[in-house]
Amino acid sequence: MKTAIVLLPGLNRDRDMIAAIRTISGQEPLTVWQTETELPAGVDLVIVPGGFSFGDYLRCGAIGARMPVMRAVADAARRGVRVLGVCNGFQMLLEAGLLPGALMRNASLNFVCRTVKLEVANAGTVFTRGYRQGQVIDCPVAHHDGNYFADAETLARLKGENRVVFRYADGTNPNGSTDDIAGIVNQDGNVLGMMPHPENLIEDAHGGADGRPLFESALDLAAA
Amino acid sequence: MITARVTVTLKTGVLDPQGKAIEGALATLGFDGVESVRQGKVFDIELSHDDRARAEADLAAMCEKLLANTVIENYAVEIV
Repeated sequence: MKTAIVLLPGLNRDRDMIAAIRTISGQEPLTVWQTETELPAGVDLVIVPGGFSFGDYLRCGAIGARMPVMRAVADAARRGVRVLGVCNGFQMLLEAGLLPGALMRNASLNFVCRTVKLEVANAGTVFTRGYRQGQVIDCPVAHHDGNYFADAETLARLKGENRVVFRYADGTNPNGSTDDIAGIVNQDGNVLGMMPHPENLIEDAHGGADGRPLFESALDLAAA
Repeated sequence: MITARVTVTLKTGVLDPQGKAIEGALATLGFDGVESVRQGKVFDIELSHDDRARAEADLAAMCEKLLANTVIENYAVEIV
């Protein structure tokens, strides 16, 4: 599996993502700068990491989502390449129209940085098959705008098509997100966007490894 | 030269926590007649030409493609 990590000015979780891929797969991921119009040939997994692309000016992820590399990511997604967007990466996938809905300011208005509980609401995706259906895992969050919003019709479709993949569990919803939604997939199931940071919980030194199965699933590695 | 003002506001029914916080702050300042506050954004855009039809089409496209997130926001364009 060949992994590419998208780099844009203002991101700050790119190195965490690179370290996670290196640690879990033993291979160095490729990096792709925002001005590139094509992804490297043969990429199987593209990751849009977190941070504050372009200072999150206008709206979170709005400017980043309109950079050339994101058109290449959209093309790859249409070809069936796996795409993972975390935090600002999720915001960019929404702004780019690869996933439905929007992420708004946290209901508390506070930036929230803590570990929450996530329920694996769909363990049937290529990203979550390393978990059990309904399993509750730990995962860190760090964001100001993670309050998922979609109109009633979109929400009904997401639920009906089993596209809500992660939900905040045990009353730990940190942002007021509708229906406790923390992560969703596209219709084909090859694009996952999520606010929590699985890359920051992959080894004992992190205080746990609940994020690791997500990468092992996405990279076709047998769960350890 | 054409000057336009684009106003972007949250759609009705979309929760506006920032508006709520501003509403609370106004109450703290002693303004007791405030029923509700909704906040938004204003863009003043200067165009380099005088073609009104082109300006209207371009400004609408700018709103759809970038200035507003039409999932949660409405926009209004005023050529001044």
